[in-house]
Amino acid sequence: MRIKRQKRIGQPLWLDLAIPVGGLLMAFLASGIFLIMMGVSPVEAYREMYYSAFGDSYGLSECMVKAIPLAMTAIALMLSFKMLIWNIGAEGQIFMGAIAATAAVRYFPVEGHWTMMTIMGISAIIAGGIWAAFAGYLKARWNVNEIITTLMMNYIAIHLMDYFVYGPWRDPSSLGFPMTAPFPETAKLIPIGWGRVHSGIFIALALILLAWWVFKMTRWGYEIRVIGENPKAATFAGIDYVKNVVVVMFISGAIAGLAGMSEVAGLQGRLQHGFSGGFGYTAIIVAWLSRLNPLAIAIVSFLMGGLLVGGESLQIVMGLPIASTLVVQGCILFFILAGEFFRRYRIVLVKEEI
Amino acid sequence: MEIIVPILAAAVRSGTPILYATLGEIITEKGGVMNLGLEGLMLLGALSGFAVTSSTGNPWLGVAAAFGIGAFFSLFHAVVCITLGGNQVVSGLALTMLGTGITAILGINYVGETIKGLTKTTIPFLGELPLVGPVFFDHDPLVYISYALVAFMCWFLWRTKTGLNLRAVGDNPRAADSVGLNVAAIRYAATLIGGGVVAVGGAYMSISYSHMWTEGMSAGRGWIAVALVIFAIWHPARAAFGSYLFGGVEACQLRIQAAGTNIPAPILLMLPYILTITVLLVISVKKGKGILFGAPAALGTPFYREER
Repeated sequence: MRIKRQKRIGQPLWLDLAIPVGGLLMAFLASGIFLIMMGVSPVEAYREMYYSAFGDSYGLSECMVKAIPLAMTAIALMLSFKMLIWNIGAEGQIFMGAIAATAAVRYFPVEGHWTMMTIMGISAIIAGGIWAAFAGYLKARWNVNEIITTLMMNYIAIHLMDYFVYGPWRDPSSLGFPMTAPFPETAKLIPIGWGRVHSGIFIALALILLAWWVFKMTRWGYEIRVIGENPKAATFAGIDYVKNVVVVMFISGAIAGLAGMSEVAGLQGRLQHGFSGGFGYTAIIVAWLSRLNPLAIAIVSFLMGGLLVGGESLQIVMGLPIASTLVVQGCILFFILAGEFFRRYRIVLVKEEI
Repeated sequence: MEIIVPILAAAVRSGTPILYATLGEIITEKGGVMNLGLEGLMLLGALSGFAVTSSTGNPWLGVAAAFGIGAFFSLFHAVVCITLGGNQVVSGLALTMLGTGITAILGINYVGETIKGLTKTTIPFLGELPLVGPVFFDHDPLVYISYALVAFMCWFLWRTKTGLNLRAVGDNPRAADSVGLNVAAIRYAATLIGGGVVAVGGAYMSISYSHMWTEGMSAGRGWIAVALVIFAIWHPARAAFGSYLFGGVEACQLRIQAAGTNIPAPILLMLPYILTITVLLVISVKKGKGILFGAPAALGTPFYREER
């Protein structure tokens, strides 16, 4: 008897559920080993995480608070990933959106809530969009590796934000904390009356539906998929590669920028150092786990929000650093990737032929 | 002269961790596997090197531990990418997340501690040469080892049979397989050894450079190294040149800050990242849209021998 891998001809439907669920279980098992090494009982830690996130209405509302930026950013990434353009720069695009929205509040303050929101939104869209489109243009025109350019631009955006919050925009009454003065009420997204959940949730839902419609119903969505699957064939079919890459990257960055605006205007009410706890990177996992399906993104970002909320409570209750969730996230990615193997192959036992 | 020499010497010192990371990635990529987890591997190397040096008092054990840890964590990447044919970009990101997270947690106990680490050893005769001496031969031993590694890799990749086999596996795994090479085994070896070398670069930061551990101390150097591999067109000697260029920018930036200027610190801190993009753009424009000369042709693609 010998173990052999055999290519699958069709993909059974149950795999779509079995792979992510199996991957999550394995990831929690692996992280459990790590928790034991830290001297913490994994059973207790996971119970604490589960109850703090999904145990009561407040926990669920907190999951939703995290799900809003995650879902928006994952939709942004989905667009570029569909095209096989590796936009790893969502974190920087979030920062640029937040910086631009804050600039709008500072330099174009207007009375009406909706006018203010519109100006902030447009600023965030332009800033995030241009930040990403720049990397997209370099990629499309000269084949400059977009993974590296988008990542480098993350670091640049972080330092740019530090420049503002430590420098000219720092609130003189903040006792030295790197943050701007609080926004006026007109520049804040209205809370919906459930915990800290704000009306950014409607932007996220609208984007999810829009993305679903674009890829299901429109010719443009189809073109993006074709480019992703075979850029050469797409060019022969008369699809403008450079234009499409730049446009898709602009929209991708614009949505991430909007997520940045929604964070500062909906949650923090000001721009402050380190306001995004790595949403740009976590959203990569969300997009990947959802297999670039907008409707799945809605569910996965809520669950991932739960992981982040649980991680925060581990920090408070058990004194584990917040980076613990990063370990779980890394494990999830590894095991999902390993699981993808079983989507393409199955393992069979074959009799040795003599 | 009095101003230039210390800056050039500092450029070599600051460039060394990037050089190790770049050399490690060149080994990995020459075999056809792309590892984007350098940032995580460097942090793992920095912490494990620091921890072992701190508890044993022997920095060389720290360097060895970093190499071992780097190879061990690269094993996960190797299994996912080589055996399971998974997506190499995503697997590299997973490795970075894992490394960043693990070191942030386990490193807490070491924050604020200082170790003896490796110290400056001037090489006799060579170190006394004007200009060249203080710039290149007045450092700690890990810097000298990196020179040796550059020379060794130039010889190994283009002058030995094993080096030829490695390049064959990275360029044309099908042909390599047909002459009887074990593609998977060679790729595993390249990924593990490469990962170990990257982690030594991390260990250099904590054991030789700062003698301290700080969370996230690699600060994007792993990603800069990924870019430098392309800039170096997969050549170890060019990698050294590129690394010292970045080291030089870092050294100048520190000096400008220390001298006191009107330029705010965050703006100065952006410089290496802006330089990375510029360097990458220049090399890509120069080479046109075609495949870069020196790039392993099968980079990033898994190989299963029974599939045509």
